[in-house]
Amino acid sequence: MSEPLFSAKSKKVFTDPFSENNPITIQVLGICSALAVTAQLKPSLVMGLAVIAVVGGSNVIISLLRNLIPNKVRIIIEMVVVATLVILVDQLLKAYAYDVSKQLSVFVGLIITNCIVLGRLEAFAMGNKPWASLLDGLGNGLGYAWVLAIIGFLRELLGSGSIMGHDVIGKLYHAGYVNNGLMVLAPGAFILLGLLIWVQRTLSKYVED
Amino acid sequence: MPKHNNPYTLVFVCIVATICALLLSTAASFLREKQEANSAYDVKLNILKSFAVLPEKATRAEVEHFFINNIEGITVDATGNEVNGSAEDIDPEFEAKTKAPEDRLYPVYILRENDARIAYTIPIIGKGLWSKLYGYLSLNSDFNTIRGITFYKHGETPGLGAEIAAEWFQKNFQGKKILDESGEFVSVSVVKGKADNFYDEPKISHYVDGISGATITSRGVTAMLKKDLNNYLPFFAQKRVNYSGD
Repeated sequence: MSEPLFSAKSKKVFTDPFSENNPITIQVLGICSALAVTAQLKPSLVMGLAVIAVVGGSNVIISLLRNLIPNKVRIIIEMVVVATLVILVDQLLKAYAYDVSKQLSVFVGLIITNCIVLGRLEAFAMGNKPWASLLDGLGNGLGYAWVLAIIGFLRELLGSGSIMGHDVIGKLYHAGYVNNGLMVLAPGAFILLGLLIWVQRTLSKYVED
Repeated sequence: MPKHNNPYTLVFVCIVATICALLLSTAASFLREKQEANSAYDVKLNILKSFAVLPEKATRAEVEHFFINNIEGITVDATGNEVNGSAEDIDPEFEAKTKAPEDRLYPVYILRENDARIAYTIPIIGKGLWSKLYGYLSLNSDFNTIRGITFYKHGETPGLGAEIAAEWFQKNFQGKKILDESGEFVSVSVVKGKADNFYDEPKISHYVDGISGATITSRGVTAMLKKDLNNYLPFFAQKRVNYSGD
């Protein structure tokens, strides 16, 4: 009764978190880091990748162990696995992307407390097979990452007049253009995120219960 | 009989914890060398930034190369005498925390050009609004004129206090004087608003424009400059005598 790897069901598991069940815009999880690291595009992208790696990895590990984990200590085991992966990611960033790891500072470590990660483990990995769990993890990570990328892009463009550190405004400054200072601050991220949630929910016709 | 009894739970938790611990310690020891190289490189990069000698898009190899060929690190004691030891080994924070001022050692980085010492950089550490501020301040060989300043680590508010890391703020310091006309140490202060609204020549050379909305960070910068420059005054005085004697 084995199921094809890319059945309609597993495709849905993977793509649902992009819009219909997006962790940020629908479930409104992971907001803290979405506000904190998105002042520029590059740290936003790296943060997105880090979360994809952590959710995907921990989902697979917990799914493999799901029948072995004693129910009593379930959450602790999940936290240990997540914390291990996050510290690994942090160490790798320090070794291979030092600049970005300096910018992200504590927020990589705070992936441990990101509700998206524990939420997927509890809601999905504990009850599903590894392959489906991997898809679910990657899907949710990507769903988180694209929101961060959009916010990071807009904040860097409007707040600093650059994209990935490259100046894109140039001569417009001489014509009197000024950067929007609000965009580099957390309130700017809040406003953008609010607008994005509104647009996304309208498009996906989501109705709050 | 429950599926997972207590001994099973205990053993399971221990196994998971051990595996995770092993994994992390292995990763840490494999990556340590690379991480330390990164942070050492970061220090070099910022020292060069304070000297304002780096081309805009220098590669890592160029930076390392320039540092080896043109930068000399020395250590001085509280009376201003050069002592044995390399500047890289001195952690100014550790010195300040563990030793009395007269026992501390202070690192100085020197920019050389054709065997002449043309500028000197000292580390500056202070407190902003939220966080510690770390940077370097560089003086020309008259030990009076500021050549450059850089802040490389801080946790201030983006757009407000974090502007200390911005180019416009750091540029303001270039050419300012730490001594008044009679040679007394006055340091350089960050004012609230535009410096030239408050001061005329010659006093203006001890003041730089402030950052609006970042009064406490600005005050922190003023205080750290005064404190850290003060520690090096004996060294500067000694060198200045030699300098005018040339």
